[in-house]
Amino acid sequence: MVLLQLSEPGMSSAPHQHRLAVGIDLGTTNSLVATVRNSMAVVLNDEQGRSLLPSIVHYKSDGSVDVGYPAHTIQAVDPRNTIVSVKRFMGRGLKDVAHLESMPYDFMDAEGMVKVRTAAGVKSPVEISAEILKVLRLRAEASMGGELVGAVITVPAYFDDAQRQATKDAATLAGLNVLRLLNEPTAAAIAYGIDNASEGIYAVYDLGGGTFDISILKLSRGVFEVLSTNGDASLGGDDFDQRVYCWILDNAKVGFPSIEDTRRLLLKAREAKEMLTAHDSVPVHAVLGTGEQVNLTLGIHDFAAITETLVAKTLRPTRKALRDAGLTINDIRGVVMVGGATRMPQIQRAVGEFFKQEPLTNLDPDKVVALGAAMQANVLAGNRASSEEWLLLDVIPLSLGLETMGGLTEKIITRNSTIPIAKGQDFTTYKDGQTAMSFHVVQGERELVSDCRSLARFELRGIPPMVAGAARIRVTFQVDADGLLAVSAREMTSGVEASITVKPSYGLSDDEIAGMLSDSMQQATNDMQARNLREQRVEAQRLVESVDAALEVDAMLLTADERSAIDDEILALRRLLDCQDHRAIKAGMEKLNALTQDFAERRMDRSIKRALTGHKIIEFKV
Amino acid sequence: MAPDFTQDFFTLLAQPRNYRLDIAQLDTAYHELQSQVHPDHYAHLPDAERRLSMQWSTQVNEAYRTLKHPLHRARYLLQLAGVDVEQESNTAMPAAFLMEQMEWREAVAEARAASDHHELEKLMQRLQQQAASIRAEIEHEIDETQNYLAAAEALRRLMFIEKLEQEIDEALEAIES
Repeated sequence: MVLLQLSEPGMSSAPHQHRLAVGIDLGTTNSLVATVRNSMAVVLNDEQGRSLLPSIVHYKSDGSVDVGYPAHTIQAVDPRNTIVSVKRFMGRGLKDVAHLESMPYDFMDAEGMVKVRTAAGVKSPVEISAEILKVLRLRAEASMGGELVGAVITVPAYFDDAQRQATKDAATLAGLNVLRLLNEPTAAAIAYGIDNASEGIYAVYDLGGGTFDISILKLSRGVFEVLSTNGDASLGGDDFDQRVYCWILDNAKVGFPSIEDTRRLLLKAREAKEMLTAHDSVPVHAVLGTGEQVNLTLGIHDFAAITETLVAKTLRPTRKALRDAGLTINDIRGVVMVGGATRMPQIQRAVGEFFKQEPLTNLDPDKVVALGAAMQANVLAGNRASSEEWLLLDVIPLSLGLETMGGLTEKIITRNSTIPIAKGQDFTTYKDGQTAMSFHVVQGERELVSDCRSLARFELRGIPPMVAGAARIRVTFQVDADGLLAVSAREMTSGVEASITVKPSYGLSDDEIAGMLSDSMQQATNDMQARNLREQRVEAQRLVESVDAALEVDAMLLTADERSAIDDEILALRRLLDCQDHRAIKAGMEKLNALTQDFAERRMDRSIKRALTGHKIIEFKV
Repeated sequence: MAPDFTQDFFTLLAQPRNYRLDIAQLDTAYHELQSQVHPDHYAHLPDAERRLSMQWSTQVNEAYRTLKHPLHRARYLLQLAGVDVEQESNTAMPAAFLMEQMEWREAVAEARAASDHHELEKLMQRLQQQAASIRAEIEHEIDETQNYLAAAEALRRLMFIEKLEQEIDEALEAIES
């Protein structure tokens, strides 16, 4: 249970095993996995020594799946079954997806989230993303030689609740224990800040394959504090490819391309874009399926001209983020560039002109997010002494609210609030004898509900009949450290309480995930039981160790009776470790947990007091 | 058992119960406290600990948010002193002040319609000056004379001003996009 691995600076905490944890950057174009090894964050390569995994999944008619480079190779041959940039569909309905016309997929508008019909059946973006994550999990396990305790998965800071929930579901489906969803610019700031021991206010400009984020952070000794964030969850390198693709069609005088040719030309467009970071002009050659030829030259000025509006689109959120932080460009100490798309010279120029300073490009923009995520995973897994941990304070990117009369939004939690956060709001009945009330949870900044994203609808039933206006229904929004929302409603008068907790409808229900997990593991039921048992034993062992460690330091917070009750329960749990029933072990753990709850609270109280008596616990070092 | 949230925010963050606060000191206390209770330090621990940590961290954030923002801090102090600012709002605002507010509002609307960025910035600056002088007034009424009703009256004026500032922010945003 140990609440706090408290130790004074210079004293080491109880020795424990290094827990295997990774950071995963689940990108639109490429994904990576990294870990901290010998106090150094490193990206883990595949067997061929490649660090990037193209975020591409190819479904075959026999039901098998290729992920990464093999899928990349086949995308122009079998575009319909080769899903690229699936991140753009996460938590999105069909109407939200841009450039639908040039996409080769057979879409299906399912409730909440779009799905794709493939040769291997109907797949949701969550399942497709899980395939990518699974490959990265296996890569990490092979490279690190053991099962992972957990992973930090990065998400664009501007992702809304539905997109975050979908990402977390994908990780669960891939068999990963999610330690935290971490915002990509924040991950980059950790990697940058720790490597450079930076202090002051920094902007992180993160233009990825499909998403744009701008975050303003204050870095001080051992604290990373996000002041504001903004962005565009569907703007990235893909859109620059799209502009070049349109330019090719306009200039090459070829007929309307087939889906195979579309994919081929998009790849050519991307190649041209990438080459223009080092050349003033590049040839664009392609032979289409019809035999038609494309023979063009794209110059850097033309490229800048056709993408000018996209660049401008990133500066608007940047201005908003600065204003929300109450700052001007003069306050910004440095601008960290993240994401492959920031290699484009017109981006660097525009950002430099906007902030009136050269942006920092000394980091590998493809890897910095994964490295920062790995560093944070190492902290979350409990591998660092508390004296060496840093504090990360992040915010929620978009306001959360409820629909009120007339289709208007009432904001409950405003954007850029530091998380975790909880806010309550009281409502009342408007009819005599009313026994139910319905709620509509939305996210966004606009006044009209129809302009915001709908997250969930739910009903509170069982309100005792009263005259209108007499019932008091408190609705509570809680956003956790992953930026995920839980909403509950409770009738407070007359002693009768009813409450309900909702998960946004765009996420899969826990049952659905359990169903998918068991589908993919049907043949492996025994494996699963063995795995459960193993995991439960490890958990129990860890619990016993942490209680022991807590007792060693803080036994004086317990009475003799409490102490002996805890000792008995530890002994009982130790005996259970050899049994074959993971449920019995789990029950034993629950008992010990319940028994040590008060102890945990006393330790928490004491450490809070300690924090305020001037003990500086945080030491900032790598 | 949930953590004991009955202690007031000043006690929680070890600050004197004044309107006037040393913000640097508040920031330090906040960081110290969060580095003890933040969920990131409990992610590898069992559910019960994670829940407790989230509740504490949420409470510490709420306390910090309340004390950091002058308007919220003043309202909270008055609430601790038993003065409900919203309840007292039946007291009429001074007519001259309300008149001035209407003129401000018209000026903002005009500048917005004309997309006059410069004018909006100028209005904002003047508003901020006015807000600063009201905050000084509040500080005096709460910390020195303990005249809470006078402080509540000043606070209501400050709320008007902040609402206007918000409108200017929105107007600036609308012009830019």
